Amino acid sequence: MHELSVAQSIVEIIQQHVPRSEWERVAAVRLKIGAIAGVVPESLEFSFQAITAESTMSHARLEIESIPFRIHCHTCLTTAENEIGVAQCSSCGSTDTNIISGSELDVSEIEIADPEAVRP
Amino acid sequence: MSIITVERKVLEKNDELAAKNRTVFEAHGLFVINLVSSPGSGKTSILEQTLCHLKKRMRVAVIEGDVQTDFDAQRIAKLDVPVVQIVTNGGCHLDAKLIQDALVNLTLDGMDLLIIENVGNLVCPANYDLGEHMKVVVASTTEGDDKPLKYPAMFRNASALLINKIDLLPYVRCTLAELKGNALKINPNLKVFETSCTTGQGIEEWCAWLEQQRTNLIHP
Repeated sequence: MHELSVAQSIVEIIQQHVPRSEWERVAAVRLKIGAIAGVVPESLEFSFQAITAESTMSHARLEIESIPFRIHCHTCLTTAENEIGVAQCSSCGSTDTNIISGSELDVSEIEIADPEAVRP
Repeated sequence: MSIITVERKVLEKNDELAAKNRTVFEAHGLFVINLVSSPGSGKTSILEQTLCHLKKRMRVAVIEGDVQTDFDAQRIAKLDVPVVQIVTNGGCHLDAKLIQDALVNLTLDGMDLLIIENVGNLVCPANYDLGEHMKVVVASTTEGDDKPLKYPAMFRNASALLINKIDLLPYVRCTLAELKGNALKINPNLKVFETSCTTGQGIEEWCAWLEQQRTNLIHP
């Protein structure tokens, strides 16, 4: 359950990129989460809501893009999705491979609502 | 509506602190390993055996991480090895900040090896770089042979695997070839040792390898 500390790190990144006066206008935070990043999207959403609920960022929601686990094989030169975490090429069985994607845990964008959108 | 482009790693702050720790380690010529596993695999017993072997040949310090209690630090202190206990109070992993704070309580001058025993957990510690030179994962035969496939990130990020409780193999549902095969499917570069803290099997071989790794990295 390190999703809570991951959520806290996301809040800190928002605070660094968005001026304090605009925190309540943070509408969405776009994340990229890889298949072997070890983060459960539902738990992360729950944790993020839990720590922002009573704060100025209570309108913020997470938009998570799941990134598949892909490897490139240096033997048969294919790049393809593979069984999660497995380094052995599913086409030719070679282990001379490297990971192309799947370990991401990134904040890509923050969406700020127009001022009138959050006025009561 | 406006969009702010960020493109940052969520755990960037941890990675920055880990890089600082690494600088400190390198300045002291200190080789650092991060020992990870599920709870009960025998990390602390491996550590005790390792310390008994290595403390005659090099100066070793230990940082212990646990959710509660300083039981492990007490065990290590009995071996006359400098040890600092981190109690995470519910936290499921150690992070670079906790290590930075713990280092204040250790004398690093003249130290050759620092072993950090992480919180028993096969998931969360995989994400947090502490500044170590390598992660070493312990998987015991009693956990079965499918753990590498279930928790791939941990086995992928490790440099060595200790298959512990090897003496219990005849009594448990675990096929050694299967366990090794699964681990090497995740990480073909993993160095594998078969160990038992009861019979002492594999401990000498593991310690010799560890010593060699230190020599390769610190005094090539």
